[in-house]
Order: sequence, then structure tokens, then C-alpha cells
Amino acid sequence: MSRSTRRGAFAAATVALALTTAACSSSDSGSSDPTTSSSSSTAGSTAFQPQHKGGTLKLVAHAAAGSLDPQVNYTLQYWQLYQSMYDGLLSFKKVGGQESFTVVPDLAAAMPKVTNGGKTYTFTLRKGITFSNGKALTTDDVVASFQRIFKVSSPTAGTFYNGIVGATACLKTPASCTLKGGVTGDAKANTVTINLTAPDSEFPYKLAVPHASILPKDSPTKDAGTKPLPTTGPYMAASYDPNRALKLVRNPHFKEWSREAEPQGYPDQIDYTFGQTVESEVTAVENGEADWMYDPPPADRLNEIGTKYTSQAHVNPLTAFWYATLNVNSAPFNNKLAREAINWAVDRSAVVRLYGGTNLASPACTILPPGFPGHVDSCDYTKGGGKTWTAADLAKAKALVKQSGTAGQAVGIVTQDDDVNKSIGQYLQSLLTQLGYKATLKPLSGNIQFTYIQNTKNKVQLALTSWYQDYPAASDFLNVLLSCAAFHPGSDSSINISGFCDKGIDAKMQTALKTAQTDPTAANKQWGAIDQSIMQQSPLVPLINPKMIDFTSKRLGNYQFSKQFYMLVGQTWVK
Amino acid sequence: MSTAAPELATVEARRSPGPWRTAGADLLRNRSALAAAVVLFLVVLATLCAPLYAHHIADTDPFQSHVSGSTVVDGRTVPVLTPSSTGLGLGVTPIGPTWDPAHYFLGADNQGRDVMARLLYGGRTSLFIGFTAALLTCALGTVVGVVAGYAGGVVDAVISRVLDVIWAFPVYLLAICLSVVLLTDGLHLGPLTVEAGSLWLPIAIIAAIYVPYIARPLRGQVLVLRNKEYIQAAIGSGAPTVRILRREVLPNVLPTAIVFVPLMTALAMLTESALSFLSVGVQPPDASWGTIIEDGLGLLYTRPAVTIAPGLLIALTTAALNVLGDGVRDALDPGARLRGGV
Repeated sequence: MSRSTRRGAFAAATVALALTTAACSSSDSGSSDPTTSSSSSTAGSTAFQPQHKGGTLKLVAHAAAGSLDPQVNYTLQYWQLYQSMYDGLLSFKKVGGQESFTVVPDLAAAMPKVTNGGKTYTFTLRKGITFSNGKALTTDDVVASFQRIFKVSSPTAGTFYNGIVGATACLKTPASCTLKGGVTGDAKANTVTINLTAPDSEFPYKLAVPHASILPKDSPTKDAGTKPLPTTGPYMAASYDPNRALKLVRNPHFKEWSREAEPQGYPDQIDYTFGQTVESEVTAVENGEADWMYDPPPADRLNEIGTKYTSQAHVNPLTAFWYATLNVNSAPFNNKLAREAINWAVDRSAVVRLYGGTNLASPACTILPPGFPGHVDSCDYTKGGGKTWTAADLAKAKALVKQSGTAGQAVGIVTQDDDVNKSIGQYLQSLLTQLGYKATLKPLSGNIQFTYIQNTKNKVQLALTSWYQDYPAASDFLNVLLSCAAFHPGSDSSINISGFCDKGIDAKMQTALKTAQTDPTAANKQWGAIDQSIMQQSPLVPLINPKMIDFTSKRLGNYQFSKQFYMLVGQTWVK
Repeated sequence: MSTAAPELATVEARRSPGPWRTAGADLLRNRSALAAAVVLFLVVLATLCAPLYAHHIADTDPFQSHVSGSTVVDGRTVPVLTPSSTGLGLGVTPIGPTWDPAHYFLGADNQGRDVMARLLYGGRTSLFIGFTAALLTCALGTVVGVVAGYAGGVVDAVISRVLDVIWAFPVYLLAICLSVVLLTDGLHLGPLTVEAGSLWLPIAIIAAIYVPYIARPLRGQVLVLRNKEYIQAAIGSGAPTVRILRREVLPNVLPTAIVFVPLMTALAMLTESALSFLSVGVQPPDASWGTIIEDGLGLLYTRPAVTIAPGLLIALTTAALNVLGDGVRDALDPGARLRGGV
């Protein structure tokens, strides 16, 4: 998933991803996965502490994130809230730390029975679950919800769920989507069966994201917009005005069924107000007028937060990377030596400083972030060699530029126009000028930059962008960003922005995807090797792995950071 | 008697210093205008010395990032951008003013660039754009105003409506719209091509949007002049139009156009600063006072000097230009003199 703003805001992630993963998921196959759990235990990691129940949690953000429909919205801002509102058949575990990548049964009583060579998933629904409108959850609701993914043209309908039998027809004519033979319910047995066209080892992850939320069968078959849909989780939306506020109150029909999948929330009410400047958000949290701010604190307030409010600042590493794409199909970066020169020249520590310092980011030299499945410490472009990046080698870079014969050529750099992106762009412009190129900087609004840099018609030579995981799988970086299938010339949905296509590496990726069905550990080793192979071709420049700051009020307690969906809003307490 | 009058006229002519010399003398007697001129002269002189300061005193390249660079303060080598080492160690703060001309006199911006050196280079850019755009505006405005006012009829109607349309747009909104569009691919008008990052782009935009502000008052002045007896006499005697315009009309409207130059320069500078502040004016790595203010926006709490210094210079320069403009107007406008304005 891409983001449009630094350290925090999930941008409306693009439909781009859609078409790209679509091509690869059809060849996926799956059964077991190291991060999924077969546990159906209702015991959570920590017991509910009733003495902290109650109060109003006050959240602030500069702007709302659009539609409240969980099958339509594709922003972290609301995905974070949906964790305490909506449920799917499966869910990411609602705990902090590495465990948060674990998929657990949610509305399903247990992890699915996988048969037919990994192509059929059978779920048994839990009994006694009721929507916030008082209606009981049935298998019909589950079937209708999967159909609705296509009927509302969910952003990931064509990517995550295109492998379901009948999905092709649904993508063509969403209004009449039935997913015949794809999703069937047996009310008597209380089971739901999902058939895939091919095995998909990442399918459990795809069922655990909000787009696969289960909604009442009579939900509108169009984007619900600002009208809240009934929930199954501990909270429901009482009112929503994107220009003013979102108010969440307790779902009167909620009874905790699995503490690790959907734990009881602490605050009685969650008020999310919009419209403040980021500066005033910081002041509001400092003064206790707000309990948490969504937006990343501005650069000139970081030191203040880090020194005066140390106990209220929570810094967490993200499984993400910021990188510069190099267009391998146009001059000067169609020359491998020129691409290597940039990788040698970029001072990652300078980029770290521009991002906010060593405690907010670390230098990157691989595509897969540290700690992510498949990541292997390796760095082909560090002075003196080594497994991690230590220093840039400007002399070597200048020699490579000279050798490539590309010196003097024009290079356009496209960045977003916010402070951090722009300052990194200015640094790159200065660096390219030092290397002998005629570099120009084009800062664009975050609303358009991500689609602009994907379209080959815009002839983007070098673009600054970032990638944040959708779910914890190496393919979500390597296959999505750099496979041949992810390159669509002339389209705004061409997430392979470098235009990199190496048939040999592509074949290795397909092998790794197949290996993942039976041996995830071996598959991750293959992904690590693929990462290194790609970096030897230098289609992009990994810059940094960012961290995230959550700035919370003094009274806020029980802060937990899920690596999948970030701060667990409903688990914080204010009493 | 028949010869006395011409003789007297000749004597008077010999004694009279002429309107331009009189205006110059008046201007020199105007202390406010003189002070403003001195301030402007010093600002221009300082900005012209930018390369001298950057390369021989501060020994820095103000257009190159020095994110990982270091400098000397009180004999100690310190990083230009200092990561916070207290508390959680969040954020990076550029070095503040050292008041040492050789080492970041006014501190550094977020790229580790010398703010003082950039201020001087930025001043060159802002003044160049302001003055050039003002000259272009006044020249274009004069031509358009004179042609419309003198030709009258359809020509006047067409030109006046075009001016009305331009005037109808809020001036900053029009400038921003033009800049956003032209910044993408530059300006291509037949053989005339201006690259997207060129300084001539903001100059052209600013010059164009202010033309009605000059053309309309001049057109009104020409409409009055055209009905004067001596113009009618020239037309009646069959004098060529170009000659009438050059010898009778232009000399009468030129003082007005000249009065506009310093005022328009101030206006153009403010517009350039606003556009650059919004990232649609001067493009990096070039600097102007507007871009430096924008650079400093993210440092407002920690290094306010980055924003305040160019802000003060813009205020000082535009105030000086306005005072000087008023002085020029008073000097060239006999009515103002009669009213006691000096």
C-alpha cells in the first residue's frame, strides 16, 4: 500500500495495485503459512481490566478519510478504526508487536478447512453474533458481503479477491455479481465455502483486511459514503460528518467472542474530530484536549515532543521503505552504470536526517524491510562493502557516470510537495547536479503524484515514493512492485514505476510463490535472493525504512502498536 | 512687439531647467524618497555581492545540499544539521545564527545551506524578477493603453474588453493558475520558448497579469489628450499617426508610466514572493526571498530566522520602493507640487 504523506497517512491506495497483484495471485497456491494461527481460543493476550472501562477517547486529524464504508475505504486512518468496528471471517490478531501479523479466526469459529489442493476454504461461523442493528449474523450475510465487494467495486476487488470462482464475471458486471460456485453458504450446517480458481497462500491475509468485512445482507450495493453500516465489533458509528467529526459509541449487541480477534473496547465513546492544523493537533495533545493525533507531528515540533513529552511519544518501526524509482526504459537510467551510480552516490544517512533523524528512520539498502519475511541483510552499494549501508561513495559514482557517458543529460525528479518529500527531492537534485546531470525538481500534490509517476506517458525519470505493506508477505513488495506483470505502459495503474522487467527474475518469483504453498521458510529464502538479484540490476534506490510516532495524551493508557493496523484504538483507555 | 515675445520666450527657455531636471531636483529635495533610494541602493549592492560573500567569505555553495556537512563554531567542529540527542532523540535541527560571516552567519536551512548566502542570491532573483516584470508591465501597458486610447472605436472596445476580462480575475488566483499550468511544460508561443524552471516564466506571468493596471489609466489619459487642441491640430495638419504618438502623446503619458515603475516593482516582488512561497514561482535550486520563506516554514519553531530574515527584507525593499515611487510621482506631477507635496 502506498502512502501520500510522510510517517503516517495511508493514502487512498491505488487501484494500481489491483491489476498488478491480479496477475500474480492467479498463480499463487496456498495452504499453510507461518504467520497464521489455527487457534480458536477466546482467551486474549491480556485480560480485560474493567476498572479502565468508560470515558471518551478524543482523536484528532487534519482531515477525514472519506467514505465510512469498510469495503470501499482504503486508508489506514479508517482501517485502524475498523479494527474495533467490523469483522471478517478471519482477522489479524489485536495485539501489539510481531504477533499482530498472526491471522486468527474472527467470525469463523476456527481457521478454515483447506481442501481441493488449497483451492477450497470451508468456514464454520460462530453462533450468537449479532449486528449492531440487532439482526443475527447468518451465512447469507457472508455470501452477500463477498458479492458486495464486487458490487461496490472495492479497490481490491480485482486484486485480492479476483481468484474466487466467479470473480471474473463479477468484475465485468458488478451489479449482477453472484460469485456462483465461488462463495456458497449452508445455513443448516452454518458453514461458508469459498472456492478459488488456483491455490493462494496469501488468501487468509486477504480475508483479514477490512475489505472482506461481513455486513448485513441488506446493505446498500453502492458505496455507503457517510452513512454508517451496522457493525459486529464493539463500536458503531453514531454520526459522521467528514467536515467536522466522527462519533463512535458502543455497539449494544456486542459480546466478546474472541479476545485475540475482537476484544472488548475500553472507552465508552470515541470522538474523532477533523479540521485542525497539524501544529494545533500537537498543542491539543500537549494540553490534554485531545488524546491522540493521526497526522505525523511537524518537523519543528519533534524535538519538543521528544524532550518534553517523552512518555507520551511512541516510536515504532514500520514494515515499509522509501525509495527512488529509476526509469530503466529511458535515458539516462536505461544505462545500468548510471543506475548503479545513483545507488552508490545517495547518502542514506542524509535522507535519514531529512526524515527526522536516526530515531525515526534507518538507512535502507534492500527492498524488503528488516524484520520482514524474506529480508536478508545485504548491500551492494556501500563504501568499503558490508552487509548494511554505512557510507556513500561519491567518487565511484562519478566514475560510473563518466563511464556510462550520460553526464550532462537532463533528469527530472518528481516528488510530493510536502516538507519531507520535497526536502529529500531537493537533496537528490543537488546530488544529481554534483554527478554532472542537469537535474530539475517537480514537486506535485500528494493527491496526484502517485498516479502521475506510474504513467509512462509522463516520462518520469526519477520519482520519490514509498511502499507500506498490505500484509506480511515478501511478494507484497517484490512481486507487486517489480514483476513484469506489474508494468502497464501508458496506464495510471502501473505500480512497477521503474518499468523493470527481467524474465529470469520473474520466473524466480513464480517459483517462490509456489514454494510458499508448501515450505514458507524456503520461499522466504528465495525471496531474499530475489531481492538481491533485483538490487544488482539497480532499478530503484532504497533510501530509508521509516518509523512512526504516535503522540498521545498524558491520560491515555494501554497503548499497543499492531504492526498491521498500528495503534489499537479501542484498546486504549482514558480512565 | 512682434519680435519681443519670441525673444522673451527664448530667454525663459534658457533659464528654465526643463521638466525632467526640475523633477530630478524635486526628487533630490524629498528626504523620504532619498532615504528610500539609499536603502534600495544598499540592498541592490548587497545582493550584487552575493558571489563574493558565498565564495570568498562563507566559502559555500548556497545551491548545494550540505545535509551531512559540518562547520566550525567557537573553534569546535559541529554538524550543520544536528540530530536531537536529548529525550527520545527526535528531529534534526539546522545550525542557528552564529553571527560569524565565515560560518553560517544566519544559520542553515533544512538542506544545510547557508541562509545568509541564499538571502543574497535570493535577493538578486527577487529584485531581478520584480524590476524586469515591472519594466515589461509598464512597457506593455503603455503600448496597449496608448493604442487603445488613441485608436478608439473597435480597437479600443476590443482591447478594453480583454483588459476587463483579465481584471475580472483576482490577480493572485490568475497568477497561481498560470504558474501551475506553465510550470508543467514551460511556455511555448511560436518561436518563443521558456523552459519550466526558467526565471523568465514568473517574469512573464507577473508582467502579463498587471498590464491592465497600467494600460487602463494610460488609456484614460490618452482619451483626454486626443481631444486636446494641439493634437487635433496635428491630426488636422495631416501629421502621421506615429509622429503624433511619438512627439505629442508619449511625452505626456511617459511620466505616469515612470511613476508606476517603482510601485510595480514592489508589487511584482510581492507577487513573486507569494508564488514562490506556494512553490509555483522560482523553482529549486534557484532561490528567491519567497522560496527561502517557504524553506523556513518547517523550521518556524526551531529556526525562525530562516523565515524572518527574507520576510524583513521583502518588507524593507517594498516599503522603500513605495516611498520612492511616491517621491517620483510627486516630482513628476506638477499638481502634486502645487498642492504642496514635496
